[in-house]
Amino acid sequence: MTPLSHIRNFSIVAHIDHGKSTLADRLIQSTNTVADRDMKEQMLDSMDIERERGITIKAQTVRINYVAKNGEEYVLNLIDTPGHVDFAYEVSRSMRAVEGSLLVVDSTQGVEAQTLANVYHAIEADHDIVPVLNKIDLPAADCDRVAEQIEDVIGIDASDAIRVSAKTGIGIAETLEAIVQKLPAPKGERDAPLKAMLVDSWYDSYLGVIVLVRIMDGVLKKGDRIRMLSNGTVHHVDRIGVFRPQMTVIDELGPGELGFLTASIKQVRDTRVGDTITHEKKGTDVALPGFKPAQPVVFCGLFPVDSAEFEDLRDAIEKLALNDASFSFEMETSAALGFGFRCGFLGLLHLEVIRDRIEREYDIDLITTAPSVIYDIHMRDGSVMQLHNPADMPDLTLVDHLEEPRIKATILVPDDFLGDVLKLCQDRRGIQQDLTYAGSRAMVVYDLPLNEVVFDFYDRLKSVTKGYASFDYQMIGYRQDALVKMSILVNDEPVDALSTMVHRDRAETRGRAMVEKLKDLIPRHMFKIPIQAAIGGKVIARETLSAMRKDVTAKCYGGDATRKRKLLDKQKAGKKKMRQFGKVDIPQEAFISALKMDG
Amino acid sequence: MPDDWQNGGFGLYIHWPFCAAKCPYCDFNSHVSAHIDQAAWKAAYLKELARVAALTPGRVLGSVFFGGGTPSLMDPDTVAEIIHAVRGYWATANDLEITLEANPGSVEAGRFAAYRAGGVTRISMGIQALNDTDLRRLGRLHNTREALAAFEIARKEFDRVSFDLIYARQDQTLTAWRDELTQALSLAVDHLSLYQLTIEQGTAFGDRYSAGKLRGLPDEDLGADMFALTQDICGANGMPAYEVSNHARDGAWSKHNVMYWRYGDYLGIGPGAHGRITLNGRRFATECPRAPGQWLRMVDNGGAELAPQALSKSDQASEFLLMGLRMRDGIDMTRYAALSGKPLAQDALQDLIGLGMLRQEKSHLVVTDQGFVVLNAVIAKLLEA
Repeated sequence: MTPLSHIRNFSIVAHIDHGKSTLADRLIQSTNTVADRDMKEQMLDSMDIERERGITIKAQTVRINYVAKNGEEYVLNLIDTPGHVDFAYEVSRSMRAVEGSLLVVDSTQGVEAQTLANVYHAIEADHDIVPVLNKIDLPAADCDRVAEQIEDVIGIDASDAIRVSAKTGIGIAETLEAIVQKLPAPKGERDAPLKAMLVDSWYDSYLGVIVLVRIMDGVLKKGDRIRMLSNGTVHHVDRIGVFRPQMTVIDELGPGELGFLTASIKQVRDTRVGDTITHEKKGTDVALPGFKPAQPVVFCGLFPVDSAEFEDLRDAIEKLALNDASFSFEMETSAALGFGFRCGFLGLLHLEVIRDRIEREYDIDLITTAPSVIYDIHMRDGSVMQLHNPADMPDLTLVDHLEEPRIKATILVPDDFLGDVLKLCQDRRGIQQDLTYAGSRAMVVYDLPLNEVVFDFYDRLKSVTKGYASFDYQMIGYRQDALVKMSILVNDEPVDALSTMVHRDRAETRGRAMVEKLKDLIPRHMFKIPIQAAIGGKVIARETLSAMRKDVTAKCYGGDATRKRKLLDKQKAGKKKMRQFGKVDIPQEAFISALKMDG
Repeated sequence: MPDDWQNGGFGLYIHWPFCAAKCPYCDFNSHVSAHIDQAAWKAAYLKELARVAALTPGRVLGSVFFGGGTPSLMDPDTVAEIIHAVRGYWATANDLEITLEANPGSVEAGRFAAYRAGGVTRISMGIQALNDTDLRRLGRLHNTREALAAFEIARKEFDRVSFDLIYARQDQTLTAWRDELTQALSLAVDHLSLYQLTIEQGTAFGDRYSAGKLRGLPDEDLGADMFALTQDICGANGMPAYEVSNHARDGAWSKHNVMYWRYGDYLGIGPGAHGRITLNGRRFATECPRAPGQWLRMVDNGGAELAPQALSKSDQASEFLLMGLRMRDGIDMTRYAALSGKPLAQDALQDLIGLGMLRQEKSHLVVTDQGFVVLNAVIAKLLEA
């Protein structure tokens, strides 16, 4: 066991693409933690989707043995946290598991919104912070300006920021030395009752659930019986180890150490991030502060395109849920789409990741309905119900008022695009809270309704700022507003999966935009199709998709029979990507595309 | 029980794969070659003929069709010898129709008499346009004057002459098409094939279209108007459509093409030729290799045919439907049910009848005027279930 004085636990804080993963790779490589031949890019991102998108969803750790300039050997535990706003709670727990952070800022770009959000997590966790200016090999690098910006915007001393190129290896040695010299050693009592934080967990088909832990006090050994404080469940520890970054079994984990345990746990649901783990007997009853169960904030329906695949979808969702405690689901029946599931997610990225995994890993084509937030419906009788699905909106005569979740959004943007960003926020019912400048970049803070953001806000923001804006948000609570349910009727039949909650003042604009979009998305049929948006019984927008006028093959002789037949078979397969509503075929992508707003 | 093909008849298709130039809209199997060894090709066709004749003894042949490519580049002697051999292999119908596709150039027209002497009974000419600018845009080597002269010669030599026009061309107006079609109808013609220009992948037009460089094509509305106008004018001039794009005076239907649409059996020889042939109660799709050189080599080695594919019940039913509904006189639904093993889906059928796309008279199913112009959608709907 390593003495506390020779342990350093740290995380890396960075905006996406600022080189966090490359820096982590370089630290691992330069300490010979992994042989060069086994090195692959983004060592720590294990899932395909994570690797492809350059995002991290699960916290990962790696133990690095480092001989410092003073000749002594240190154990450095790096924890790689999910960087995305959807996983803010997981980030905050990971931050509590370490004592310091490297703040990585791209020296060609400067501080971004995500840098800010994550550095605040680090500051909240009382971290000592070492600033690192990355990508100094690039001609556009401007270290002095970026260091100044770090001081201005974040308020930490960046005068001795380490100048690094993770790509070429410049500054890596200095970074390792700074971790030892500038970050504090962890504290903890070896003889106290076991107190460990559950940092993250995931399912492994061979080992069961793997639990990532940080030992605060006491010692954890193989064979121990442990208890989860949140639910009192007891497990028998069958394996203890550390990541280097591959799993390496060791005998025990002592105070200040980060590692993993397995205990024949079947479901990730039984292991909650932030929970306190202690011994079954002679354990502690004092939980670590800050634990809270995961709360989905965005909901949508997932339906199989081919209704025969419902059971396959159930199977896929159940399997994914085993490995993701923050993802909730229940069966849903839609008049339009048949059987499916109403699923809850931490945010849009989380939604997309789960949806992609179902389509990719389980090969099921999905219809995803409009994402919705949770509305509080205050009924006339004084009760409050939570609305996850616009289709479940109760009779208006019973409703007193609705409240919707709001967020505080922080956007950093070059001032050239500021006007567009302000307009976008204004269009989305935003209330400006703050507007400050750091050099030629503006930082805007808006109070926005979450329902205006969950759908395509981030896409729009990227588009109006040519990708230069960065964005982050946090939930700030519920507020009353004039919200109504808007229905869409296709060929005079309501399509429940297209129902949305909208603000009364914007209903007509949204309704008009949706029916116009649907007119383009639905292919022409042999008859004309009215497409309407309505609130209650009142139609607020209408378009008519005219009947197809000509669809006939000019030439078809003996040599064409095979080709035309195969073409028909192909069309038939293509139709499986459509859903039939009454006599109208609606393509699956219409359910999402119809909601995207161009302005 | 007689085989299903007997409802459609029996014909022979011969593909000549060469052209003097490749037209930019054409996706047929055609090749431009500086030197063609006519003797070698003649020998190869005769050898293939012997091979397929051995498969179909005792049948009565109703039609022969020389297609291409440009079959009017064949030596009249080659054509005559093939026809002679055909008559030796099969008993033929009294009204055996032998059609040859011809370019309306002056050189080809000079051979018409010889083709007639060799046994050809019908000429189908690829005139395509009666407007020199458009002929050039379509990549045709002839001009209007030559085409009209060739037509006059054909008219003198043959009882039955047809020609093709392509409409819905780039920048073509409704009025321009009305005038051109009226001029065509004023000629002493008894059969017209009137095709809307279709942009096919893998053609020069297809490439230009994908690159956004093929401009002035009519939109769907103008295309529909042109189709309707075509029906009106031809109908008023005694040349109603008997198929989507084919118009004729009474009794002047193309027997060979009707055999395709009525889903008869046909042998196909020559590079890229397809066939449908029923052997021992099973219908097969046959196909010959497309490349001329490869075809010749395979003929040498005993037979230029790729592995025949047995057609399933549902494949046959689909083909019967998609070919048969192209005919104005419709299909017999009992034949569909016999091929498919189950009748047409009632709900789709009733929907389409309700929409005015189809008309049912007992077991006979006919596409209406309204249905014809969206025939692909009608067929797709019928076969959806």
